Amino acid sequence: MSTLTLKVEFGGGLELLFSNQRVHNVTIPSTMLASSKDWEATSNDPANVTYLLHWLKDNLLKEREELFLEGDTVRPGILVLINETDWELLGEGDYVLKDKDEIVMISTLHGG
Amino acid sequence: MPSKTCVLCQKANAILKRPKTGQQICKECFFTVFETEVHNTITTAKLFKPGDRVAIGASGGKDSTVLAHVMKTLNDRYNYGLQLFLLSIDEGITGYRDDSLETVKRNQIQYDLPLKILSYDELYGWTMDAIVEQIGRKNNCTFCGVFRRQALDRGAAMLEVDHIVTGHNADDIAETVLMNIMRGDIARLGRCTLICTQGEDTIKRSKPFKYAYEKEIVMYAYFKKLDYFSTECIYSPDAYRGHARVFLKDLEAARPSAIIDIIHSGEAFEVAEDVKIKDQQTCQRCGYISSNELCKACALLEGLERGIAGMGIKERRRLEKAAPAPENLRTIPVFPRAPKSNEKLPA
Ligand SMILES: [Zn+2]
Ligand SMILES: [Zn+2]
Repeated sequence: MSTLTLKVEFGGGLELLFSNQRVHNVTIPSTMLASSKDWEATSNDPANVTYLLHWLKDNLLKEREELFLEGDTVRPGILVLINETDWELLGEGDYVLKDKDEIVMISTLHGG
Repeated sequence: MPSKTCVLCQKANAILKRPKTGQQICKECFFTVFETEVHNTITTAKLFKPGDRVAIGASGGKDSTVLAHVMKTLNDRYNYGLQLFLLSIDEGITGYRDDSLETVKRNQIQYDLPLKILSYDELYGWTMDAIVEQIGRKNNCTFCGVFRRQALDRGAAMLEVDHIVTGHNADDIAETVLMNIMRGDIARLGRCTLICTQGEDTIKRSKPFKYAYEKEIVMYAYFKKLDYFSTECIYSPDAYRGHARVFLKDLEAARPSAIIDIIHSGEAFEVAEDVKIKDQQTCQRCGYISSNELCKACALLEGLERGIAGMGIKERRRLEKAAPAPENLRTIPVFPRAPKSNEKLPA
């Protein structure tokens, strides 16, 4: 099975849901496998960011998934950057991941 | 997906979609427009004049950290002629404020600004940890809110500043508008969108980020690699505000202009000055501006000192009748009335 290695970084308090660790190097399947009971991916399509979000929820998230995901996307108020670019410019969850992509997710919901 | 070109300079790759306008812009143009918009907010509202001493209310969180950076940058770039200070309040919350104060201390060095930290403990003789131990977690935000407001004013008086700026952003203000509508608090609804407020006697308070979206503040901190602290206060599960925030974020996701639109709606409620405002006097115990014999902080402090702060109003009244406040009650150090240069002299 071919895989992708990605650097995933959490900030703004979001890291608290992921063992209070900011940077995670993860290896995920390069094609979507139905991995979650509430999200059925179409197998053999290349892995996209939506797939990664569910993969993170199933494999790395330690607590309170409702603070991370809402439906098939991040909870409103969480910013996502892909290789230092706002994911809103890149198709958000539909962005197809490449090996060595760097994904940053920052919560804006924590105190100022 | 091919990378997109910045709509402003037409050269660099866009890295951000602006929530306010939907524009796709590059990193350098983002820094420029973000800083310039704050500058325009400041100059349009005529917030400062040369020589003003201005304290930045610094919590170590994202908004005040970005505010300190931007205030310093703009003061240098446009020669505002301001003397800037960082002012932090230490509420005495172990595992929360002690960590965020470390961030403020690093900011002091990074931005080369003088820092004043004032603690609830030195001012009131009570930390929030001790208050929560006595009264439990139900009303502790009331204490913290009253105590913080006065602490900021007292810290500002100690620094002899004219003005406190805080990091409240457009999302915060829209959220407050919504909460005031939901509570039917029409007087506050008109006031909460003001960029600058000044009590009878107290120091001016302004919000230079009134029109800055939270998304852009966080992106600015990220791209500038600013050092900030992000954890929720361990005592503040303010459920009502939490719901308002989630609602606002859902609205923003559907239509990003919702935040500015809500602020404009709040501004449109022009509320006639509250005619029932009681004559302002000064607190008999500490000298702080107050509409009663005792200011709110002294009243709360008395309750804590007598061990009756957590009680219901009836029980409290009974105890207060049974025994007057003891003579040797701990009091807040007398509040020096800040001299105001713009004060009108009697003719
Ligand atoms: Zn540009
Ligand atoms: Zn008082």
